[in-house]
Amino acid sequence: MIKKFVIILITTFALTLNVNAASDGDLILKKNDPAEVKDCFEGLNRATFAFNQALDGIIFKPVASVYKKLPSPVKGGVSNSLDNLSNLVTIPNNILQGEFKLAMINTGRFLVNTTVGILGFVDVAQHLGMAEYEKEDYGQSLAKAGVGPGCYIVLPVLGPSTARDAVSLGANFLGGDAWYNVTVKNDTHYFRDVDYYSSKVTAGVDFRAKNYEAIENLEENSLDFYASVKSLYLQDRQQKIANMKTVIETLNDSDWEEIENN
Amino acid sequence: MRIKNYLSIIIIYFLGINVVSATQPDIFVQSTVNRASKVLSENIPKENKISELKKIALETVDIQGIAFYTLGSTRKTINENQKKEYIRLFNDYFLKSFSSRLAEYTNPEIDVFNKEILNKNYTIVNSLLKGTKERPEVKIDWRIYTKDPENPLIRDLIIEGLSLARTQKEEFASILNSNDGDINALFKTLKDFSKN
Repeated sequence: MIKKFVIILITTFALTLNVNAASDGDLILKKNDPAEVKDCFEGLNRATFAFNQALDGIIFKPVASVYKKLPSPVKGGVSNSLDNLSNLVTIPNNILQGEFKLAMINTGRFLVNTTVGILGFVDVAQHLGMAEYEKEDYGQSLAKAGVGPGCYIVLPVLGPSTARDAVSLGANFLGGDAWYNVTVKNDTHYFRDVDYYSSKVTAGVDFRAKNYEAIENLEENSLDFYASVKSLYLQDRQQKIANMKTVIETLNDSDWEEIENN
Repeated sequence: MRIKNYLSIIIIYFLGINVVSATQPDIFVQSTVNRASKVLSENIPKENKISELKKIALETVDIQGIAFYTLGSTRKTINENQKKEYIRLFNDYFLKSFSSRLAEYTNPEIDVFNKEILNKNYTIVNSLLKGTKERPEVKIDWRIYTKDPENPLIRDLIIEGLSLARTQKEEFASILNSNDGDINALFKTLKDFSKN
């Protein structure tokens, strides 16, 4: 089964994506430019998007509206715990991207927050002045290795993605996520499958609650909500892949300069 | 020697005037934000708030510049009459969308903390929308058009690194693509939005 998955993975990348291991920062930025990402399956994507919106209306939105009424320390604690768990995917990706110092810092952060911070509920590392936490995933590592995003796709329930990022999700289930390994993949007697799945659902609710007004506002004021979400997702991915800190790098000034000359 | 001194004094004098009369982009953003916050915190009906916010937008946002940017390469293929029609429709759309987005907030606290001059035409002003119990703090950057230093204008808001102008541009591109590049389809969509 694993062998089959690996073959599919390699074939997909070989056929649809442009692999270049020696890419520099500019090339990575260009490859991941939202304007460059093709919406090859727009009809299907729009249908899945509509399905996700319906699901959001039935489940995520009502649950998030209740969740966001919880006291701030509770919401903050849940959010911190989820961030802490995500270190288990971030750390291997720090290593894959050659960021060994960051991998050490994040390992320290995970150990401190899991123990002193009571299973990550309190972000003790932040109080100790550790560097700001930034999540990394296998899609970002592939992008850093020069793999282009491929087509834009909308996944059922999970939402916007790209071919590269969707395929890279498989790495989490092939041993790349220690949290999955100790809950679902192996019977450790300490955790159960439900621990993993409930953490993922809670992460979805936490995200929806944090962005509740912003999503409502965007939907209400968008002429094409699907296109807006796609643009925001791809901008966000481009920024995360390049680990950009400043806005100056996020916009191509020539777009604006064209107006001057028009 | 006297002429040289005289010229120096004149140059310094005019430079001085220029420095005094130019509006600093960060001060411009903070004052615009303060004006909007004042309107939002007032105990007046929502319609009045929207009307006041529209006035502020007309004075401080380069709506025409954003309109052309968001149209992308299509702006080069439409005729003058279509351009005029587009600017009119975009203006209505922008003011409605902008004010209704903002009117939902009550007394937002935004602090400007930095600016970065990109070139003579653009400065990025960095600010932070303070967090509340309802939402976390949000980083907002402002792309300020400074070609006329005495009259800086807002051209884009970049929220947590996500550009609203760029999102708008891609949204318009999607509408045009879905309608074989027919500008009238975009006009209709803009009209429908402004009517509702």
